[in-house]
Amino acid sequence: MMTNNPGVLNRFTGALNRRQVNIDSISISPVVDPAVSRVTMAVYLADKAASTQLLRQLEKQVDVFEVKDITDVPHIERELVLIKISALPEKRAELLAMIQPFRAAIVDVSSVDVVVQITGTRSKVAALLRVVKPYGILKLVRTGVAGFPRAESTSD
Amino acid sequence: MLEKETQSNVQQQTGATVLLTALKKQNVNLLFGYPGGAVLPLYDALYQMKFQNILVRHEQGAVHAAEGYAKVTGKPGVVFVTSGPGATNAMTGLANAMSDSTPIVVFTGQVGVGAIGTDAFQEADVLSMTAPVTKNNYQVRRVADLPRIVAEAFRVATTGRKGPVVVDLPKSVTQEQVTELTDDQVHLTSYQAKRPLDQAAMDEMLLALRQASKPVILAGGGIGAAQASTELRKFSKDFQLPVVASLLGLGDMPTDEPLFLGMGGMHGTYTANMALTECDFLLCIGARFDDRLATAPKQFAPNAKIAHIDIDPAELGKVIAADYPIVADAKVALEYCLAQPMKPAHDQTWLQLLQQRKAAHPYSYQESSTELKPQRVIELVGRLTKGDATVVTDVGQHQMWTAQFYPFSRPQQLITSGGLGTMGFGLPAAIGAAFATPDKTVVLFVGDGGLQMTSEELDVLAAYDLNVKVILLNNGTLGMVRQWQDLFYEKRRSQTVFDHQPDFMKLAAAYGLRHLKVTSPVTVAAELERAFSSPHAMLIEADIPALEQVFPMIAPGKSNDQMIGVK
Ligand SMILES: Cc1ncc(C[n+]2csc(CCOP(=O)(O)OP(=O)(O)O)c2C)c(N)n1
Repeated sequence: MMTNNPGVLNRFTGALNRRQVNIDSISISPVVDPAVSRVTMAVYLADKAASTQLLRQLEKQVDVFEVKDITDVPHIERELVLIKISALPEKRAELLAMIQPFRAAIVDVSSVDVVVQITGTRSKVAALLRVVKPYGILKLVRTGVAGFPRAESTSD
Repeated sequence: MLEKETQSNVQQQTGATVLLTALKKQNVNLLFGYPGGAVLPLYDALYQMKFQNILVRHEQGAVHAAEGYAKVTGKPGVVFVTSGPGATNAMTGLANAMSDSTPIVVFTGQVGVGAIGTDAFQEADVLSMTAPVTKNNYQVRRVADLPRIVAEAFRVATTGRKGPVVVDLPKSVTQEQVTELTDDQVHLTSYQAKRPLDQAAMDEMLLALRQASKPVILAGGGIGAAQASTELRKFSKDFQLPVVASLLGLGDMPTDEPLFLGMGGMHGTYTANMALTECDFLLCIGARFDDRLATAPKQFAPNAKIAHIDIDPAELGKVIAADYPIVADAKVALEYCLAQPMKPAHDQTWLQLLQQRKAAHPYSYQESSTELKPQRVIELVGRLTKGDATVVTDVGQHQMWTAQFYPFSRPQQLITSGGLGTMGFGLPAAIGAAFATPDKTVVLFVGDGGLQMTSEELDVLAAYDLNVKVILLNNGTLGMVRQWQDLFYEKRRSQTVFDHQPDFMKLAAAYGLRHLKVTSPVTVAAELERAFSSPHAMLIEADIPALEQVFPMIAPGKSNDQMIGVK
């Protein structure tokens, strides 16, 4: 959680960059209070100590309220992904059957491809991508994962 | 008609006057700065409101002067610079203040709000550029925000772990006319400067300390920043705890105190480094295990339980994992320690061993009857100033000799560039220190390389005739780098020996500065005594041997007990 001020995100990502941490995904938007933003970020770190150190470096920034590592706590996470898949009309029934268990939907079609939309956790998205990969993925866009701990007692 | 005009003049407020009023409210009465197009409204208001601005000769000098001022007074130093090149020239100072947690507030001019982002004349993206070298930065987009932002900038700079704050001021904001003043209520909802002391953690730590047989305290710059030197001295004495200082912790303990073991680290004392290596309990207060101190983190204090007290949670576990990590202001923590019943439990063998080592292995150097040794010059100055001068250094060998041979007696007495190691820091910082304490002698030790990086400020020194004795330890080389080349690069002195140098005496004369050259070990004492008997600014050039080395030394990456050049 951080204040929604100019330059804040720049400072936040700068701190990661300076410590050689690569951001895998990031999503940011204001919460109920428009002066405050919530960031969800996916980063890979070597161990718990690295994570603790990073949290402290981020938390010490004047505009940051708090930072939590939710990897190992029960949490809700979702990501929206759009995948353009090469699929001639005769293949589509099969494809539809393949993506059904993921509750993915076809949201656009052309003569040679379809666009599949999926919402879910990162592991669910990864599983779907494995399934559709053989058809040929033409384009992929991901919003980055967003989420928060399940049992969070505080409110925005 | 006339009357009406004056009246409206008095009533007229611009963004610039709003700013200066806000600065007055923060008890600011001295600025270091340099004008330019984007800060014309500011300098105009300054002129009219009779604010004192020290006109430095380069913006880097303004920031270092503010740092010197802040270190001496504990109050934030304040800087005005113009946009673009003015702001970029201030960057080195900001980075330096960030490394050494020095509270300063730097106001940078900016092009008008409407021109931002158009690559306007002298536009630079100051917010982005200064983000990594400031504790926080602001851009004021509306005059209405100005009083609050100024109040917040000072709050942030001076609380928690102190540091530099930049306030970027678009010209349209400073010249805008306003009729109503907005309030300056700070709104730092996400900022947490203080945390309650975790007393349980303190108790646990103290319990372990009581059981230690070879305890040692490592005291850093955090002690001075928290004004906790008195508490440290008492804690050390009452509980017979020996103390090692980091470079920025020098002066936290008096040099002549038996329990003080000296500076630890790369050029520290034998006793301090051995104590760090052999201790079974290390209590680090307000130091951050910089690689010049914990030269080999994996082998650092290998037998010790480590307690680390720091006001910045991010320092805990950053370099050295602590068994007792405690987030606290040094003073608060030490006051808590002093309030607990505690007897010096550890036996005397540890202290006796340390005392024996102190006696057997003091800092030493090869004395000479023909050459003027830098260590001797520093010792003499220490005696002449009774260990009470405000001591400023630049960066290099002379800095380490000063740390070794000046008898520091009070906290915040040494003003030096620790974390960033910024050559060029010394002269402007000494000027800032002199403005802060006009009644005290300021001594600057500087090398011939570093002096040339900010020598333009000699003009400020001369103009105000500040009581600064600039002691130029001239070895004709970039001594510290040359030392590394001599030790680790088979004496290949690549680009470290000046084949041309200015005549520093003529340079001083050109600025109208008193000057003196000392060359002989026989006459140096009398010459320095005469120089120090006058309260005037003076450049004293000491001709020292080109190849003198700083010892002891721990080679980079070696552990604290692997010192070379120990007497
Ligand atoms: C701005 C800057 N540039 C380069 C260095 C690298 N450096 C560290 S010490 C040193 C030599 C300093 O020489 P001098 O000022 O003559 O002092 P001495 O070591 O001889 O006492 C250099 C070049 C630095 N610390 N800062």
